[in-house]
Amino acid sequence: MTMQIADSVSLSAPDARARAHAAAARNNLRTEPKAVRIVIIALAVIFLTMFVVLPLALVFAQAFSRGVLAYLSALADPEALSAIKLTLVVAAISVGLNLVFGLVAAWAIAKFEFSGKTFLITLIDLPFSVSPVISGLVFVLLFGAQGYFGGWLRDHDIQILFAVPGIALATTFVTFPFVARALIPLMQEQGTQEEEAAISLGASGLQTFFRVTLPNIKWGVLYGVLLCNARAMGEFGAVSVVSGHIRGETNTMPLLVEILYNEYQFVAAFAIASLLAMLALITLIAKTVLENHLDEGHDASEH
Amino acid sequence: MGLTLSWLTLIILIPLAGLFLKSLELSPEQFWNILSSRRTLNALRVSFGLAFAAACVNLVMGSIIVWALVRYRFPGRRIFDAIVDVPFALPTAVAGVALTALFAEKGWLGAPLAALGIKVAFTPVGIFVAMIFIGIPFVVRTVQPVLQDIDPEIEEAAGSLGASRWQTIIRVILPSLGPALLTGLALAFARAVGEYGSVIFIAGNLPNVSEIAPLLIVIRLSEFRYADATAIAVVMLVVSFVIIFAVNRLQRWAQSRIPVR
Amino acid sequence: MSIEVRNLVKKFGSFKALDGVDLKVDNGELLALLGPSGSGKTTLLRIVAGLDWPDSGEVSFNGEDALAQGARERHVGFVFQHYALFRHMTVFENVAFGLRVQPRAIRKDEATIRARVKELLDLVQLDWLADRYPSQLSGGQRQRIALARALAIEPRILLLDEPFGALDAKVRKELRKWLRSLHHEINVTSIFVTHDQEEALEVANRVVVMDKGKIEQIGSPDDVYESPATAFVHSFIGESIELPVLIADGLITLGDRPLRLAADGHAPGASRLFVRRHDMLVGPPGSGAFEGAVRHVRNFGPVQRAEVALSGGETIEIDAPRDRELRAGDTIGLEPRRYRIFAGT
Repeated sequence: MTMQIADSVSLSAPDARARAHAAAARNNLRTEPKAVRIVIIALAVIFLTMFVVLPLALVFAQAFSRGVLAYLSALADPEALSAIKLTLVVAAISVGLNLVFGLVAAWAIAKFEFSGKTFLITLIDLPFSVSPVISGLVFVLLFGAQGYFGGWLRDHDIQILFAVPGIALATTFVTFPFVARALIPLMQEQGTQEEEAAISLGASGLQTFFRVTLPNIKWGVLYGVLLCNARAMGEFGAVSVVSGHIRGETNTMPLLVEILYNEYQFVAAFAIASLLAMLALITLIAKTVLENHLDEGHDASEH
Repeated sequence: MGLTLSWLTLIILIPLAGLFLKSLELSPEQFWNILSSRRTLNALRVSFGLAFAAACVNLVMGSIIVWALVRYRFPGRRIFDAIVDVPFALPTAVAGVALTALFAEKGWLGAPLAALGIKVAFTPVGIFVAMIFIGIPFVVRTVQPVLQDIDPEIEEAAGSLGASRWQTIIRVILPSLGPALLTGLALAFARAVGEYGSVIFIAGNLPNVSEIAPLLIVIRLSEFRYADATAIAVVMLVVSFVIIFAVNRLQRWAQSRIPVR
Repeated sequence: MSIEVRNLVKKFGSFKALDGVDLKVDNGELLALLGPSGSGKTTLLRIVAGLDWPDSGEVSFNGEDALAQGARERHVGFVFQHYALFRHMTVFENVAFGLRVQPRAIRKDEATIRARVKELLDLVQLDWLADRYPSQLSGGQRQRIALARALAIEPRILLLDEPFGALDAKVRKELRKWLRSLHHEINVTSIFVTHDQEEALEVANRVVVMDKGKIEQIGSPDDVYESPATAFVHSFIGESIELPVLIADGLITLGDRPLRLAADGHAPGASRLFVRRHDMLVGPPGSGAFEGAVRHVRNFGPVQRAEVALSGGETIEIDAPRDRELRAGDTIGLEPRRYRIFAGT
């Protein structure tokens, strides 16, 4: 006993050191030494800055490198205007189509059991992982001069390839998964109880869809449309294959960026690119906002 | 229901069927000749080889980014978290011209690299860089939610059993992240293999050296050599199929082990 | 290994999780920390384990400062509430983990590790599950594997956080007995946290009752049940009748009715009177300290539970033996066999 007391008195200085050691030890069960932390954060920040922030910043820097006036006149160029118009038209068509059919596809997958469901889901996912060039190629093979429907189309004087319909088709193909993919998990999670309740209360199928199903998934729909639109406006590979690059006619904004860039019209190329970059940034911001909404909806349905 | 299936058939199945039908018009010998030609082989090698290398870089850097974003608090963390999605949202053509200008010999990063004797733009290194760019979100976004969901008790348990921090990370955390890491790797790889827009500007597109397979398809199409284009496309498509299939299996397998509570 | 905790304080923001806790645990004890959620019992356990650090105070093991060591060095076995099994490892590898991560210099060879794990799985009677994954086990099995894993490192102290909290009632009862006999077998100083009084009273040698970051009472299961030290302990443990009374001029009054109970020894003022339900003896009207009308009677096996409206206005529930049938509408007298009075309201 006496020895212990003596110890605790004489050990006061090492004791302080032990405490300091404990202070260091207390946190390292779930985290790393400060030096390691700093290195990891630095690596992450440097990597993201180099590969993401700088390219993005560069687009705007280049677009405005000759001043605001040059920027605006590049955008006011007739070719630029026609590309912007075409991009909007194509995006509107493919978003519209994918909205309708994405809704139906998600509804069928989430609310019904049928054989071949997994295959259907895989099919929906496919355009995500197929090279955009291949997506364009399949339409050339179908509608091109030597394609399966090429002859028939020529006989009836219908132009699909190297015209707006081809661009819209290819864009619809590559953007197909967005709406359906955004809705399937949401609708699966919500189950069929509310619909069953509505039908048992005498609602028709359409009434059930518009009054019960749709309000429940509106944020999901918006989310899917947002991503679908961003990809539709920015699609390059597939559109490049089917467009034919007819100036002022079948050039979308991304295609025009390529042409202007290859002609060393850097300010004009980056001016168009800056519009697309803005679109991407706005999409990301809207996406973040929507994700918060979706999370809230999720919490609300849980409690 | 009928409508769904017919729409799916129309927009996805028919075009893909067309592709395979077209490839069936080739005799196996023709098919083989196209694929084994030097230029095709080199294009496939460039696409698959560099895509794999880039996916590996993304696996490592993606893990580091996820760790920093999930485990640490630092100024600008939320902004960097949002920025991870940029390569996914930015149109590929824009990414392509931006990366090219950035890594060109007079570019912001190209100039200092050139001073070190490293040439990026218009070389295979440029392709590699572009593939890294587009692959980042895939690894980060598949691994991030899994790391967030790891129960703190698991790490405390490892610590109280005497494991050092390093042992806890290697033996406990990494294996838990394993399926997500592999999925992220596969997705980044699949995306990089098929990537066109962001790569062709910076690639230099020198046949046999810095020509990617999707570009070769486009070139063959513009030469009206549809058979060649189709053969290359079929190979790439089959690989994509296999990758998606593997990813789906991996996810199912991972899920079967997960519900521990 | 004895444990001593002195004047422990831990705040989370403005919330005082521990507010000056002193505790001594002797070698080989099986101690229960009992309290409602938020009483600080888990925080105390985590500080002893080295998973949390106090703002001030001391923790020592066998007289040596434990706070100078991290969780890794303390050799404390910790069983987590949700088991925290490593889901990517088999049961065998889970149990072997603590042995495999030892520094190379003292790490045992593979054969010794295997033998030791086998021995532990035998101890928890689950050797036949060695090759399963945690997701393939039932809750009770996971609990036992978590315990085997904690024991693998030959801990100086065993700590269990709500060990049976996530299990269903039947399994809990089985595991309680099992834990007690296991402790008897291995005799490691053990502390477990619970909010279930039955669990604490049945398993532990000694019970520490906590509330709002403070220790209310330390004692044997009999002590805390039979002679609760505070009003909180009386109402938290066992089922109590609680009545607001006033003590003045040597009289105890309920409402405006003086009770026929001795007030000696109790400070005057507003107080609370506690009686166990089964300590209320039923007699004819006019006998006993209280009088009331039976409202409602239900039978529970050997006892009948009656709702009685006291003439003071309060309604209480009593447990009476079945030898004298009570009926709704009866007027009865009630005499507390034992009662306790605590000052305050």
